[in-house]
Amino acid sequence: MKRSWWKIACVVLLVYTVVGGLLLPVPALRQLQETIRNLYFHVCMWMAMMTVFTVSVVNSIKYLRQLDLRRDIQASEYATTGVVLGLLGYATGIIWASYTWADPNNPAYASFGSIVREPKLIGTAMALLIYFAYFVLRSSITDMDKKARVSAVYNIFAYAMLFPSIWIIPRLVPSLHPGQEGNPALNVNDVDARMRLVFYPAIIGWTLLAVWITSLNVRLAFIKEKNWLNAH
Amino acid sequence: MGATQRIWTLFRKDWMLEMRQQYSFYGVILYVASTIFVLFLTLGDNADSVTWNALFWVTQLFVCINAVAKSFLQESRGRMLYFYSIVNPAEYVTAKLLYNLVLMAIMNLVNLVLFTAFMGNPTSSTWAFIGISFLGGMGLSLIFTMLAAIASKAQQQASLMAILGFPLIIPQLLLLVRLSRYAFAEVFRDGVVLQVVLLLLALDLAIVVLSVILFPFLWKD
Repeated sequence: MKRSWWKIACVVLLVYTVVGGLLLPVPALRQLQETIRNLYFHVCMWMAMMTVFTVSVVNSIKYLRQLDLRRDIQASEYATTGVVLGLLGYATGIIWASYTWADPNNPAYASFGSIVREPKLIGTAMALLIYFAYFVLRSSITDMDKKARVSAVYNIFAYAMLFPSIWIIPRLVPSLHPGQEGNPALNVNDVDARMRLVFYPAIIGWTLLAVWITSLNVRLAFIKEKNWLNAH
Repeated sequence: MGATQRIWTLFRKDWMLEMRQQYSFYGVILYVASTIFVLFLTLGDNADSVTWNALFWVTQLFVCINAVAKSFLQESRGRMLYFYSIVNPAEYVTAKLLYNLVLMAIMNLVNLVLFTAFMGNPTSSTWAFIGISFLGGMGLSLIFTMLAAIASKAQQQASLMAILGFPLIIPQLLLLVRLSRYAFAEVFRDGVVLQVVLLLLALDLAIVVLSVILFPFLWKD
């Protein structure tokens, strides 16, 4: 019970996010209308993704310092969760964009070209491609220790390259996406006070859920690799 | 023997290997020539400046992958073990980075000459474009040197290197394509050109620092 308080907090926060997110009052903006409630889901996916990727890199650094295979398993499991969150972020983004950006007079594919060039989409695509490459790299090495070491090096190198790009690309490519200069919705003035009541708890809730899911996967992987881990 | 001298020796070793096994050097040059020849046949010299610019950078990217890829792949296990026992990894990787810089600069020159010969020269300020292309070639060769080192530890090395590299190279390529419009007489706001150049140099520096820090972990087997 002592160690599961954050799981309870996660459930409570997410129930509040869904119920409060759908029922509590939101400002009526001409372009967004009720789709504004997607903020509680779409933006949180992105934030949880970046948090989880950061945790993955921290584990990779720790692996290189300690050479403990547990760290490597954690790094790869956190990366997996991050990829899932990124795909969910795309899914919620597609729903949002189809109501706000897509031109209803044209068929859907006609809007595709202009939407895909969005810097935020490019940034997420880069992050996802990096981690897909990370998994390909992992699966192409059979030796456990070598796999862990090489993929940790790639994880750190790629992450360090990803961050300047997320900062650079929005300044190169024109965008419809809100929050052109920096991080959308984090700026206090961007989000209405009524929405912040749900938004901040939602970020924490979704991030906790991501950590929870990962911790289960990590435990499962520890059991699967028991023979390897105990040999060390 | 000081560190500089050891790096210089390693650099000279790579250079002499290249000169003796000329097939790989000429192989890459042939690769550049045939790529550009195919572009010439399919497109002719009626490419507008935007297309010309995009094609130039894509060619540059693939030439770089081909030129840099073999820098680690050609080293056999036994030879790596030998280097492992006589030099320290930071010096080894610095020599590789330097060597690939020089190799890429040569390929860059070949690429520029052939592109101008076959596809015409739509730039309005040729010297600016030459400068930008060398700046770009530098960044590309540095990133792919580190990726070649990573990929050389896995199977399916050549294709893996491309997969690992593309997501990382996107921002640099976007920056370079944007910056090279300066050579096509596009007007930038004051100071933006200098800012982008400094940004690219800072990225290059970051890559070098990361390589020197991370390479030692790669090379012990």
